[in-house]
Formats: sequence, structure tokens, C-alpha cells
Amino acid sequence: MRGAVRPRGSAWLIVAAAILWLALTILLPLAAVFAEAFRKGASTFFAAFAEPDALAAIFLTLKVAAVAVPLNAVFGVAAAWAVTKFEFRGKTLLLAVIDIPFSMSPVISGLVWVLLFGANGWLGPQLDSLGIRIIFNFTGILLATILVTLPFVARELIPLMQTQGSDEECAAITLGAGGLTTFLQVTLPNIIGALLYGVLLCNARAMGEFGAVSVVSGHIRGLTDTMPLHVEVLYNDYDFVGAFAIATLLAGLALVTLALKTWLEWRFAGELARGNRRTARTA
Amino acid sequence: MSLIVENLAKRFARFPALKGVSLTAEPGEFLALLGPSGSGKTTLLRVLAGLETPDTGRVAFEGEDFLAMSARERRVGMVFQHYALFRHMTVARNIAFGLRVRPARLRPPRAEIAKTVERLMSLVRLEGLGDRYPAQLSGGQQQRVALARALAIEPRMLLLDEPFGALDAKVRKELRQWLREVHDATGVTTIFVTHDQEEAMDLADRVAVLNAGRIEQIGAPQVLSEAPASAFVFDFLGDSNRAPCRIEGGRAVFDGFSAPLAAPGVAGGATTAWFRPHETLVERTGEGWPVTVTGRLIKSAIVRLECRGAAGAIFEADFPKDAPQADLIVGAEARLKPKRVFAFAESSSE
Repeated sequence: MRGAVRPRGSAWLIVAAAILWLALTILLPLAAVFAEAFRKGASTFFAAFAEPDALAAIFLTLKVAAVAVPLNAVFGVAAAWAVTKFEFRGKTLLLAVIDIPFSMSPVISGLVWVLLFGANGWLGPQLDSLGIRIIFNFTGILLATILVTLPFVARELIPLMQTQGSDEECAAITLGAGGLTTFLQVTLPNIIGALLYGVLLCNARAMGEFGAVSVVSGHIRGLTDTMPLHVEVLYNDYDFVGAFAIATLLAGLALVTLALKTWLEWRFAGELARGNRRTARTA
Repeated sequence: MSLIVENLAKRFARFPALKGVSLTAEPGEFLALLGPSGSGKTTLLRVLAGLETPDTGRVAFEGEDFLAMSARERRVGMVFQHYALFRHMTVARNIAFGLRVRPARLRPPRAEIAKTVERLMSLVRLEGLGDRYPAQLSGGQQQRVALARALAIEPRMLLLDEPFGALDAKVRKELRQWLREVHDATGVTTIFVTHDQEEAMDLADRVAVLNAGRIEQIGAPQVLSEAPASAFVFDFLGDSNRAPCRIEGGRAVFDGFSAPLAAPGVAGGATTAWFRPHETLVERTGEGWPVTVTGRLIKSAIVRLECRGAAGAIFEADFPKDAPQADLIVGAEARLKPKRVFAFAESSSE
């Protein structure tokens, strides 16, 4: 915050306007979520979670994130490693491809899987004859989630690893370290902050994704409804308390993400600043 | 012969970095690779370390085919231009790294590693700084950690890439002397890359001058300065003046005067004469090119005169402060001629 000064005079007006705007657009809706959820008292609120369909939705969301996030973390590290430590043909192309999910509407990210694997899709009939079902079940939801959250970790790591270069790895190798030792003892500690940061953002998106998942899920209650989808289902059923109760979990996830993000930024301040280049997310 | 490099060639996507480099090094020799940026000296060093693979050529060290070995098998200590210290490890952990990552059966016991680290820290004069992180050290200190880390693996050969490039002049001079002492104490064959001719000439047993991916000349510093093989070597090793001349009877002949050749054996005919500022005479009258003094610079005990000749040619001449010529002021008219000149076959100039 070097160079920042305390606001004076008219500056206060701008600060106040910004705070008011934030309150209107973020804090008020957030408060509304909690207010609605508790409107009929705490017992109704907790009863919403006793619903088997609600529990199934929560469990499905956790399951999807538990598979998608580690996969994308591994992919992100591998892609960043390849792009920043080696020279090869098609590098720019790979970088552009990694960015595609950021610039594409999530609906498309869901729709492509239906086009590929749906009943009338390119590969649908063949897979169907083999008895393999991909759309309207866990696999489809997982694929859609992976596609949407693919760039988060890679995008966090690439700029950082680009500034760090590969001298330390070269030094480790000349000192007799093998590939795995070099990665674990030299590369990983240098990128751990950015990696956790990327994983955090990736996780928040994986759990909160609506559009892409909605296309491939098929909305089978208790089976293929994730938390965000279940909120919509309950809301359409006029079960407002139930909808907002589940929504508090998602809002809580956002708050926890925010807290962890702040902690990471404080703990790895220098490292994250070095690689600072965040790509705007498309909702 | 401990190191034999034969006919190395390496091409990067757009430009050839090495175009047939051959050299040898004796056991315990201190060799400098000197050249301008882009001359291929760092590429050559990285090939020796195993960090680059040449397209063609051979590298043998103590009878072993180095190109068949990976970088980690070669046990070559490398000091990088920007040190490449492990930023999240303390100084002591950095130095111990090469020992700690050895496979269990080759790894020295913990106490022995600690002892080695202690010994190296005192060798590089960093006692008491073992718990610091690289970011908490000065550039010179980081450089010494990098050297200690490379020495910890008892390297069969030590490679240094522009070891003093990022340091200020005073620290550089101190470290230079000290590096020579460390080399003499450990006796390890050492090759270092530099673009600073003074550093190379001061420090090395032999200097290899590289230009555009080729070795122009390799030899002891005195040989390079007394018998440069090409105009490039002469020009790169220090400030130089040049003038067109004709070679006749072992002398360089100019308009109405001549100068002796520093080394015989140049074919007769028209060529370029090269000479150093400290072997350039300026007199108020007499033979030589008519020149005007255009600049005057005092460098401790030496006065440097910058003179402009008739056709716009610029010459530099150095004198001791107490020489009579040192009194010439800017604007003065004088005569300038070389005491002796070097001449080369034309093809190798530039």
C-alpha cells in the first residue's frame, strides 16, 4: 500500500459512494440470503438440511469438487511447468487453449459434452451400445466442471514461474538432484502460495458452477442435482426457506474462500505479487 | 588432458550459437572464455554442464564421454550469473543441498554434512550467516554462497557464468582475487565465462577468445596481448587505434613515415595497422599524422588524449602524467604516430 494516502475532503465522497455501491450490490443480497433462510426460525433452517435430496446435492457437489480440483491442480502444474521451463513448438497455441474456458460462456462448456456424448451426439450412440453413459450423470457433471475450472491453477502459476525462470532447477540438477527431488524441493516450495491460491479459486468455482452443470445434469433430484442446481429446484417449488438455507452454504463457501484468500495473500505476499496477472472470470 | 572439447556445434531456432568449437584444459587449469554477448561462451559452458545438448561434437572429461552422461551424473559445479540460490532455503541448506539429495547409500551422515557446510562457509567467509535467507544477503555474499554450494559436491570441474557480472566494481575486484585463491587452494579445473577482458587477463591461466560461435584464439594472457591472432582479438582485448597502411620490408608504411611491426610474418601489400593508445606518440612537431587534440581525460597516473586526424579519424594516446606531451590542451595542433603496430590478414578483421 505504499503511496496510498488518507482520503480528504471530496475523496471521502468517492469512498462513500464506493462503499454504498458495494453494500447495495453485495452486502444487501448476502444479508437477504441469511435473512430469508432464517425467516421461519432456526429449526426450519436446519430441517432443510435433513432433506435427503438436499444431502444428496451437497454430497454430489463435494464429490465433483474432490475429483475436479485435484485433477485441474495436477494439470495446471504440469501445463505451467511445460510452458515455462521448456521451449517447444506450439507453446503459444497451448497458452491460448488454456485460456479458452475463461472466454467461453459456461453454457457452451456444458453443451459441448452433450454434443459429444449425448444420445444424438457424435459418440453417443457408440458409447450407448457399449453401455457407457456420460451425460445426465456424475461423469457429465464432472467433465463440465473440469472444463470450466481448467485455467484457474495454470493461469495463477504461469506468470509466476515465468518470472522465476529455470535457473534454480538447473542448479539443482547440476548438484545431482533428480527430476522428482528437484520438483519437490526446489520448484514446489517456490510456487506453493500461488498454487494454493489457484486451487482455492478453482474450488470456489467448481462448487458454485451453475450454467455448465445445468446443461449436462438432467436435473434428477437426489441424483444429479448439485447444490446450485438444488437451490434453483427448491426455489421453483416455492420452498424459499429450503432454497435460501442451501444458498447460505454457498454464501458461506464464498466467505471462507475470501478469508483463505486474504490469508494466502498475506502469507505469500511477495510471491503472489511477482506473478500478479489475474485473468477476468466470465460468469 | 582433463577436458577435451572437439568440434562442438549448436544451433538454436534462429541463430547458430556454436560453430565448431575445440579446446582442451589441463587438470587444475584456470581457463577463461572471453567474448562479447552472443559469442556462444555461455552456451559452451552450459554444454559442459550438461544443461544444453550440442548438435554435433565431442566432450570428454578424464577419459569419459561427457555427452553420454546427464547433468546430474557429471558432478560439475556450476555457478550461475544470477546465482540461482534456492530462495526458500537458508544459506546452510543451500550449501548442503548437493549432499542431502544424494542417494541414501552415498549420502554422508548428518553430522558430516554439517561439518562440510561449516568448513565451506569459512572458506567463503560467511561464518555465522548460515541461518540467513538469500534475500537477506548482499550480491557479493550471494555469489559466495553459490560458489560454496557448487564446491560442496567436490566437483570434478567448476564452471562459472559471468561470476562477477552483477556486482559493483570494488566488490568485483576483491572477489576476483579471492576466487583465484579458492581455485589455488582446491586445485579444481575451473572454467569461467566473462565479457570483461581485464578480468579474464588478470585471473586466468589461459584465455579463449570467442567470436560469433568460434574460438578466435586460445592462449596465456601474455601470448594474447603480445601475439593476437586476429584484429578481433586485438580489438577486444583493449582500446585500439587503426589506420590504413602498406607493409614493406617488415614495416608498416604510412604517408611519409613508418612504424615497426610488433610481429613479423605479415604478407606485403595494403592492410590495416592496429596500435594501442599507450604505444602511440604525440609530439608538437615531427613526423606523423597532423591531428588536433579534441579531448583530454585524466585517469589516475595517466593522461589520455583524444585526437582527430585529417580525414576525421579518431586516435587515442596515453601518457604518464609527468610526460611533456601531457601538457597538450584541447585544440592544440600536433603530430601523431604509432610506436609499433599489429597487422593481420585482412579476412579476419572485424
